[in-house]
Amino acid sequence: MKFVDEFREPGVIGKAAEEIRRLADPAKHYRFMEVCGGHTHAIYRFGLKDLLPSNIELVHGPGCPVCVLPMGRIDDGLSMAQDPNVIFTAFGDMMRVPGTHGSPLEHKARGMDIRIVYSPTDALKLAQKNPDRHVMFFAIGFETTAPSTALILMRAKELGLSNFSVFCNHVTIIPAIRAILDSPDMRIHAFVGPGHVSTVIGCRPYEWIAKNEGKPIVISGFEPVDVLQSIVMILRQLKAGEAKVENQYTRVVPWEGSKAALRAMAEVFELRPYFEWRGMGFISQSALKIRDGYAQWDSEQRFQIPGVRVTDPKAAQCGEVLKGVLKPAQCKLFGKECTPEKPVGALMVSSEGSCAAYYSYEHRKASALTSIGAPV
Amino acid sequence: MCLAIPAKVVELFPEEQNKALVEVVGVRRHIDTGLLADDPPKAGDWVLIHVGFAMSKISEEQALDQIQTLTMLGEHDAAKQEVEGYGLGET
Repeated sequence: MKFVDEFREPGVIGKAAEEIRRLADPAKHYRFMEVCGGHTHAIYRFGLKDLLPSNIELVHGPGCPVCVLPMGRIDDGLSMAQDPNVIFTAFGDMMRVPGTHGSPLEHKARGMDIRIVYSPTDALKLAQKNPDRHVMFFAIGFETTAPSTALILMRAKELGLSNFSVFCNHVTIIPAIRAILDSPDMRIHAFVGPGHVSTVIGCRPYEWIAKNEGKPIVISGFEPVDVLQSIVMILRQLKAGEAKVENQYTRVVPWEGSKAALRAMAEVFELRPYFEWRGMGFISQSALKIRDGYAQWDSEQRFQIPGVRVTDPKAAQCGEVLKGVLKPAQCKLFGKECTPEKPVGALMVSSEGSCAAYYSYEHRKASALTSIGAPV
Repeated sequence: MCLAIPAKVVELFPEEQNKALVEVVGVRRHIDTGLLADDPPKAGDWVLIHVGFAMSKISEEQALDQIQTLTMLGEHDAAKQEVEGYGLGET
């Protein structure tokens, strides 16, 4: 409970936590999945788990783009960077993600021209500044990030910029939720929906979860009180025997999403028939591909890409953790072979991955307590 | 990854559509407003930015709340670093 002091409105937090305890049926065990890695990070950072009754379990979902990217795609991206004429650009999050022969950062140390950009705009700028080099942008992210990549591709086309391309690894959140719901060992009762993805896609794309699957979903903000209020809203639905899409994050998320962002995505991208997710395998129509009209700026069409497939390590149980069957610490490799410093599985890769978040806050806390002889 | 940073629009450029100068915790950088083409921001408005693009307009109160959230999340420095990095770190 030590985090409570840091909350801006401890009174409101206390009230929300009290309401949760009042609504939760002690005879039931609830499993709610927070889809977005940002929520996972917030839940651990604020110790929100400690505010919930023990029969409410939060399961951490697939909404961490770095975590779900298969290692083969990193290898494919790095294969392009072997050409000395190529400048490989990516967000900082990507730099430490291991490929078969090391991370982008390690490849940089071996002499490849690998640079961090904070915005795809800067990758484009770099291409304009280096007309005799080819600048490749390694694009990752859900619908929050994909519209920016779309606008950059539209701009490259307008400018007729021939030395720029995008290696597109954008994924879409809805098919991942569907894959989790379709899994035979699925044990989720309701969802805390992603906040910033929904700024783009709006709330309608989640309606099937409520209507067809009978599961409540509440789009949530990222403050502690937002997450707790979303849990209150879920519990109210469950108590009333309802399943609806509700928007807790109305101050940022419009019900219809962002038309301009959706237009840009529709102009530039189409759905891939299938795409591989780390820990979850192949999921139909779960990723974006650059349309033929933009083929000239599609790294996959410009370069010979080996199409590397690296099987997820068998001992790592990422899939089970993603589906809520196992808790991070129940995986055989957790904290032993697999740590944030040397990740084996997908979920240990980024601070938004459930295993890395669990390791940083829970495991360390437990180790510290054990070392001073305190009961854990 | 889905970090959204609140920024105040300081200046717009009539000759360059979709470009705005914004200020985030004392750092001024150019961002792209192309995703708000249907309802472009004005100078003085607050926007949420992600990877150098304005995603949505928000109120000043919400912006200040969001800054507080980032601070509480321990993401304040990461946000500052991201914004400082826009424009390849040029000042």
